[in-house]
Amino acid sequence: MSNAVPRLPSGVGMLGVLGLICAYFSWATWGSGALGPAAAADSLVAQLRGAAIEGGAVAIAGRGAGEDAFANAIEAAAAAENVKISVLRGDPREVRRGLEELATGAAPPRALLASGETAAWPLLRDIAAEIPAFAAVRLFAPSSSYGSAFLKPENLRNVLNQIVVIAITAVGMTLVIIAAGIDLSVGSLIALAAVVAAWLIERNGGTGAGVLVQLACSATAIAACGGVGLFSGLMITRFRIPPFIATLAMMQIASGLAYIIAKGQALYQIPDGYTWLGRGSAIALIPNAVLLMIAVYALGHVLMTRSVLGRYIFAVGGNAEAARLSGVPVQRVVVSVYVISGLTAGLGGVVLASQLRSGAPTYGTMYELYAIAAVVVGGTSLSGGDGNVLNTLIGALIIAVIQNGMNLTGVESYTQKIVLGAVILGAVLIDMLRRHGLRSLSGTA
Amino acid sequence: MSESSPRPRSGAASDGVERGDVLSMRGITKRFPGVQALRDGRLELRRGEVHALLGENGAGKSTLIKILAGAQPPDDGEIRLDGVVRRFASPMEAKDAGIAVIYQEFNLIPALRVFENIFLGRDRAALGWLRTGDERRAARELMGRLGVSIDVDRRCDSLRVAEQQLVEIAKALAARARIIVMDEPTASLSEREVQTLFQIIRELRGQGVSIVYVSHRLDEVYAICDRATVMRDGAHILTRPIGELPREQLITAMVGRPLDAEFPPRDGAASDVLLDVRGLERRGVVGPVSLRLRRGEILALTGLVGAGRTEFVRLLFGADRATGGELHLAGRRIFPNDPRAAIRAGVCLLTEDRKQQGLLLGRSVQENFALPSVASWSAGGWLDLRREPAAFRRRREELRIAVSGAGQSAGLLSGGNQQKLVLAKWVERDAQVFVFDEPTRGVDVGARLEIYQLMRSLTRAGKGVLMVSSELPEVLGMSDRILVMRGGRIVGEIDDVGRARQEDLLALAVGGVESR
Repeated sequence: MSNAVPRLPSGVGMLGVLGLICAYFSWATWGSGALGPAAAADSLVAQLRGAAIEGGAVAIAGRGAGEDAFANAIEAAAAAENVKISVLRGDPREVRRGLEELATGAAPPRALLASGETAAWPLLRDIAAEIPAFAAVRLFAPSSSYGSAFLKPENLRNVLNQIVVIAITAVGMTLVIIAAGIDLSVGSLIALAAVVAAWLIERNGGTGAGVLVQLACSATAIAACGGVGLFSGLMITRFRIPPFIATLAMMQIASGLAYIIAKGQALYQIPDGYTWLGRGSAIALIPNAVLLMIAVYALGHVLMTRSVLGRYIFAVGGNAEAARLSGVPVQRVVVSVYVISGLTAGLGGVVLASQLRSGAPTYGTMYELYAIAAVVVGGTSLSGGDGNVLNTLIGALIIAVIQNGMNLTGVESYTQKIVLGAVILGAVLIDMLRRHGLRSLSGTA
Repeated sequence: MSESSPRPRSGAASDGVERGDVLSMRGITKRFPGVQALRDGRLELRRGEVHALLGENGAGKSTLIKILAGAQPPDDGEIRLDGVVRRFASPMEAKDAGIAVIYQEFNLIPALRVFENIFLGRDRAALGWLRTGDERRAARELMGRLGVSIDVDRRCDSLRVAEQQLVEIAKALAARARIIVMDEPTASLSEREVQTLFQIIRELRGQGVSIVYVSHRLDEVYAICDRATVMRDGAHILTRPIGELPREQLITAMVGRPLDAEFPPRDGAASDVLLDVRGLERRGVVGPVSLRLRRGEILALTGLVGAGRTEFVRLLFGADRATGGELHLAGRRIFPNDPRAAIRAGVCLLTEDRKQQGLLLGRSVQENFALPSVASWSAGGWLDLRREPAAFRRRREELRIAVSGAGQSAGLLSGGNQQKLVLAKWVERDAQVFVFDEPTRGVDVGARLEIYQLMRSLTRAGKGVLMVSSELPEVLGMSDRILVMRGGRIVGEIDDVGRARQEDLLALAVGGVESR
């Protein structure tokens, strides 16, 4: 009966939702406010140069995604301006301990650079009282700006940079979910790829490794993740282990492997040039990682709409037995989607390693859930057989924009979790309404 | 209105409700978005009668039943129970009023035992603890009332379909149902189980229970029903005692036009052997089976449910692995180890259950149509987006599949059109051997002839058709030759179909020895 109700093209509605959220945060962050991480970093480096201070400076960043971005931006800006800045990270207690060590060290810093967040810490506001050794040290905080903090180009770029790893991973996840599966291992695969890439580069020249070596090491890391995906796929098809269980196991195994390879440490011996992918921008200020993400989405979309494999993936997810009896090589299709999911997670891991110029086994924690959330918010049905790769990108952007907007408007991280959970529920409800009309919400179906 | 008295009150009975009418539904309308499912739903049911509710798919039978069951509210109209106007807000209310519906898909919990299922939702409990002893005893009594012996401690997933149906009936009785609606109750029953069911229905009728019997199988309607109501296009057409309703008239009322014949004429053009099956078996399940299918012939494979017919054709198609035997197609040995290999060799299977195994209900008709062929059309793994719609258009016209467009969901098609769609995809794949498992299950009377004609057109084109069917009229009306299976083997062959009678087939199918 529902054929009479025309289905809204889901992408249009989703884009509208994204637009509304963007409009809201543009309005909510209007006025004078803190700079985005990149702008804050630029402003701090400029202030530092203007003050002409001799000796090194220490930038202080807290915990969280926004502070990650700040730390990255500071390092990038310092490298670009050729200023010596080291980054100290942690919660106030950790930072205090770090500063006290620095004060007694050989070359105590001459300046402290605070992010928008850390500038508000009592520890830094009152640095002379808190750590007397730093009484003479200049403290710089980012200047504030006027306009919409959300709409600033740095902020928008920052939103994209933050979501790019999850968004790339979510392409493979979309395929898996359309095939009526689930892949919980992608978060660990991100860590595994980052660690394997970093480890291989360390072994093959370290900070002096050439471009081709870096490329080969990254490709190997991605391929290794594809291999893990292949293994998951074979477990699922040959031994009929439910996807949830098989990939849950692989999540543990891949994570364990990452820790073993990295010996529990972060691996840093990587050339500066390695950040070209994660932090550079070759075309018109658009980050390279974002270009890569767009390319992956284009590829995923064409695969799903134009290729035999894409058609088969829909068929297997819609009704595996009917597909099998129609001559679809169901097992091969299922294995393929897990391989593809492994590959995109591996690619995401390499991008993350490039963004952070390091590989650590702690990367990617919970990313599988964000990737699944992006797919679901994008309107792909968890029961399989229906979905759209491009909508996953919109889903990922919705999540990123909401997170970023909440950061800008000072929503604390605990509340953010609640809001994100509500967004996922709301997206699924809206999708059910769109598909089945009001009846689907009455609970009798 | 909340009060329901066991007997019609004199005042309520005055406005045309006949004495003895336990139920009267009148002028029921129901509109769904874009479709008027019911324009004038009417059903009058006497105490202790078996009343057939007939009509093609989409005639409004299921909507009427859902409204009776309280699963959907009517837009308008009146429901009287014992002469009292009632309105059921929920299935529970209808159940409490003594109305039970046994749907085709049973509502049993597989992991629960028989007695637990019977009392599910109305568990006998004291202080929150189930009184299982009571329930067991009561369940056994109900089984006795039905005259069957099913161990009430068995889990329902261990029961055969026929037994599950009996549990459903027992469940209805446990709820003190006075009206039991049975939706296609014999769809999965063998001929003999049907007889058992009829026995029970007669028993219930004798106890004053009224039965609404929904079925496409007219032979059964004539065998068991007292009166019949025919619906068409959401409206009531007629209600009449079955004895005053000749078959042609009944079909005309259902279809809205007279049908020329129920089956197309035979051609009798069987030629050389197309498929030669030698000792095909799956140990412990079915076989060994040997048979020969000729070009241009429809070979029927019949037998009781559980005789191994479906299991056998699944081997033929590679859906299950055979453990022994040989297959030769047009003189060449083939190895259908999986469906892909069978399809490549030219064997196709049209499954009994199109919704579960034949179609992707959520995908478009064109995608469904193209699924077996996309790989062979493809260049380098990419879809051929020109050839696909063109091929679909051609087959759609050729097989006269009624769809609103290539993008329509397959799940929205009628049973007959779904079957045509499945057939179209195999015709496009140029299959040689067409295996139909229950070709007209869930297909309207009106659309059946079309399916039969398409099967005939296949044989005219030199294909071979192997037809598994439990419906003996269909077997006798369509086939050129009949094989009867029992216990996983072929136990009889009938070459002269013109002289065969249903009783002969049944005798072969049941065999001299009781198999159970």
